[in-house]
Amino acid sequence: MDDLLDDDGPDPGPGNAPEFSVSEISGAVKKTVEGAFSLVRVRGEVGRLSRPRSGHIYLDLKDDRAVLAGVIWKGVAGRMATQPEEGMEVVATGRLTTFPGQSKYQMVIEEIRPAGVGALMAMLEKRRQALAAEGLFDEARKRPLPRLPEVIGVVTSPSGAVIRDILHRLRDRFPRKVLIWPVAVQGAKCAPEVAAAIRGFNALEAGGRIPRPDLIIVARGGGSLEDLWGFNEEVVVRAAAESAIPLISAVGHETDTTLIDHAADRRAPTPTAAAEMAVPVRLELLAWLETAGGRMSRAITQGVAARRQRLGDLSRGLPRLESVLDGPRQRLDGLADRLDPALRAATQAKRMELDRKAARLGPGLERAVGIKRVALGRAEAGLSVTRLKAQVARRREDLDRLGARMQVARLSERVVERRARLDAALVRLDAVARARLEQRRDRLDALERMRQTLGYTETLKRGYAVVRAGADVVTGKAEAERAGRLEIQFADGRLDVVAGARHRRGRSGGGDDEDQGSLF
Amino acid sequence: MSNETKIDEMSFEEAIRELEQVVNALDKGDVALEDSISLYERGAKLKARCEAKLKEAEEKVAQITLDADGQPNGAKPVEGL
Repeated sequence: MDDLLDDDGPDPGPGNAPEFSVSEISGAVKKTVEGAFSLVRVRGEVGRLSRPRSGHIYLDLKDDRAVLAGVIWKGVAGRMATQPEEGMEVVATGRLTTFPGQSKYQMVIEEIRPAGVGALMAMLEKRRQALAAEGLFDEARKRPLPRLPEVIGVVTSPSGAVIRDILHRLRDRFPRKVLIWPVAVQGAKCAPEVAAAIRGFNALEAGGRIPRPDLIIVARGGGSLEDLWGFNEEVVVRAAAESAIPLISAVGHETDTTLIDHAADRRAPTPTAAAEMAVPVRLELLAWLETAGGRMSRAITQGVAARRQRLGDLSRGLPRLESVLDGPRQRLDGLADRLDPALRAATQAKRMELDRKAARLGPGLERAVGIKRVALGRAEAGLSVTRLKAQVARRREDLDRLGARMQVARLSERVVERRARLDAALVRLDAVARARLEQRRDRLDALERMRQTLGYTETLKRGYAVVRAGADVVTGKAEAERAGRLEIQFADGRLDVVAGARHRRGRSGGGDDEDQGSLF
Repeated sequence: MSNETKIDEMSFEEAIRELEQVVNALDKGDVALEDSISLYERGAKLKARCEAKLKEAEEKVAQITLDADGQPNGAKPVEGL
């Protein structure tokens, strides 16, 4: 434009420089740009990238000097095999267009691919690490394959060598029911279809109209990294990891590794190998079964034989029954031999003793014994151990009861009581005895008094005297004369006198005597 | 080894796994005689079950048919593959 203005300045050519309105020039530019760049491939690094709610993707493609704005419309973005990521080296295919309202131009991207294997591998590695970090590839997640699946689900293209190879190998080994879920095995539709197929097989109900497979094979033949790219997509990897049905991946050739291989329960290097993993060889199994039958029979036979052998060995080790019994039997015989005479002798001795005693017994006693014997027999009949035991038990109970009642405290209490009673009785006895004694003494005194009263001594006090000649009492004169010597007893003493000297004596001694004497 | 009637309903997998156990147990020889006989009988039945399953070796290939939404709506037989 500058050139144009410059040209216009000094030498405004007459009419050879057409004049555009802004819209016109913008339209012209648009036409030129779109015409010249209707299909271009641009290589660059994905810069700033945004995914607004509209579903379109806005991104920058850049290299070290320039930036190109790009857009991927929603419809295209949905079916792109490779989703662009920031920092990814890509080759974008599309067309250039301008945006007249803002004096801008941009690239409308129809397809975007990683630029070269290196970029692709770098991205793949990044994704693998992310998914591995989630644990989707953990060994612990992997389930064993069924030994003999009834139904095998195969996710693959229904036409082509892959499904043929699988069926062929299955036929060789063990013909099975096979359900093919047709999918696109490359291109944009590949990943969503494969994921849907894996989920679809899992969603089938066991025993439903379409039989639910008990094994899934996801298979694809060899191809370029980009051809196999669908099997690297996250949606496929997640579907494989989540599959409840054991899954074999067989994608590409042995050297090709896709992310589904990490998530699968087993990875087969080829579709044929997948078929080999899926089913055993029928004939081999039949052979194994035969072997198993043989092993069982042999085990049983050997088991019986071994036991018989052991029985035999043990039997030989067992001593003969006779030899075991010989000793005791002999002892029994010996004892039996001795028992008979011993018994007889004992019986005889007892009988003799009995006879002797019986002879001493009177007939009456014999009868009494007879009666007692009968009674004894009866008692014996009634006497049983259990009854005895019961009685003993009863008595023991009584005893226990008495024992319980008999307490030391009560006993000593009783002793004290008895002793008190004894003391009281003794006191009473004492009193009574003393009373009796005094009574007797009183009587004795009375008698003594009476005796004294009745005696002559008292009479002496009244003036009488007793005359004795020696030991004899003199009661008369003649007697006294005859005696010569007399002894007179007065109340207050005795006096010897001579019968002849009575006169004098009487005068000098006492008037009484004289008076009395004279009286005589 | 619990229920004998179950053998007829066993999958090949279950039957052959138990058969292996039976054979190994018998091989070891530490099973009581009575048990080993009943074990043998059960083993024979398991073997018969496995053989029956092996004889059911019939190939049948079908392809899932999908409706417009990509949902399976049936399966059609596939010939000539």
